[in-house]
Amino acid sequence: MPAVHDRGGWPTDDSIDREEHEWADWERQTQSFRTVLDSKGFMNVDELRRGIESIDPAEYETSTYFERWSASIETMLVEKGVLTIKEIDDRAKALRDRWGYPS
Amino acid sequence: MSEDKDRGGFFDTGWRPSGDVHRDEDGRPHDHPGVREDVGLGVRASRALAMHELLVEKGVIGEGEVDEVIEAVSKRVPSNGATLVAKAWSDPEFRTKLLEHPKETVIESGFVPEHNADIIVLENTPEVQHMVVCTLCSCYPTQLLGPPPDWYKSFSYRSRAVTEPRAVMSEFGLELDEKTEVRVVDSNSELRFLVIPRRPDGTDGWSEEQLATLVNRNSMIGVSAATEPGTD
Amino acid sequence: MSAAAAPKLEFSQGDRVHVKDMTPANHHRTPWYIKGRRGVVLEFIGMYVNSETRAHGDSGMPELPMYRVEFEQTHLWFDYPESQSDKLWIDLYEHWLERDE
Repeated sequence: MPAVHDRGGWPTDDSIDREEHEWADWERQTQSFRTVLDSKGFMNVDELRRGIESIDPAEYETSTYFERWSASIETMLVEKGVLTIKEIDDRAKALRDRWGYPS
Repeated sequence: MSEDKDRGGFFDTGWRPSGDVHRDEDGRPHDHPGVREDVGLGVRASRALAMHELLVEKGVIGEGEVDEVIEAVSKRVPSNGATLVAKAWSDPEFRTKLLEHPKETVIESGFVPEHNADIIVLENTPEVQHMVVCTLCSCYPTQLLGPPPDWYKSFSYRSRAVTEPRAVMSEFGLELDEKTEVRVVDSNSELRFLVIPRRPDGTDGWSEEQLATLVNRNSMIGVSAATEPGTD
Repeated sequence: MSAAAAPKLEFSQGDRVHVKDMTPANHHRTPWYIKGRRGVVLEFIGMYVNSETRAHGDSGMPELPMYRVEFEQTHLWFDYPESQSDKLWIDLYEHWLERDE
């Protein structure tokens, strides 16, 4: 059984959905945040991929593209001791308390 | 907001980070801030923003640094690649150079490949059709084509491109002759592939600028043909 | 890709090879569907940073030889439904390849 990211040839009858979603600001921000972290030596693009590949398969299947980036960036920053999970938990909660939770 | 089959998650398309500027579709900032509080933040969205805020507060990254990159990223558009293709169609010497020394030629043309990745240029002909996929993630020549479209990153494209490329091309409106050899190229992380589609008939004497309007993004991935003159 | 001269290369154009059938625990970019499969070396394409070690915080040096390998689609997929002459190209590090006699 191939790893969850190793998608070539997986059986599917799905046609290819060519509709583009509108990028949310947080997605643009996350994309460029990763580039800035790279420029400072905190994570290179291969580490981004390793972090994405280490996402729990169930989450990988159901998350969006930049949700996977967010998970990978977190894995790398925590692994390197740049941030702690507790710090991120607390700040994320504060942001959601402020901006609301999706219904 | 559109639903993609491969996206089970939540998209908070209306939310604007505090103090941030409103951006239009191409990522260019407007001068009026806009906030919608009725949409809310998904878990991974909130964690990404939390990490950014924390690192700015700690002084690890500068306040405007991410916005500067967003600005730079917004200049990556498919017309970059289209310019190169149109020039290759018009100028045989440039075509040879682009095929034989792609990275140097792309840099000379003013584009810097992301992650310093190598660039490979493949030419489609009546005999051969190259079609690019990244089955493992989403490797793509963003400097030349802009960010990869959602479909390129979708599970359905990543799985089907290698097993039934002609059926995929057919979905994109390209019916290939059985005799045309299909070469599916599964991207490597160190290289990025740009496809030169076939120049459409009836374009003799067209300027590079005119030709560039026919070079659609999907034709430079190899799933479609260049746009026929007179269609849009 | 670096301009540095390549060391002694294991493979050259036209060599028949197969991809090692292994799944190391480290990050790697050899998709499952070509593991153990036979192909032909189209060309040596250059020396490239080792993304397998770079993904684990290493510099990725020294650079490694990379080859473009061509596979017959009919060899990769049982009952490949499209043209029998169709191909798949993929670029692979030298250490993933073994010579077929």
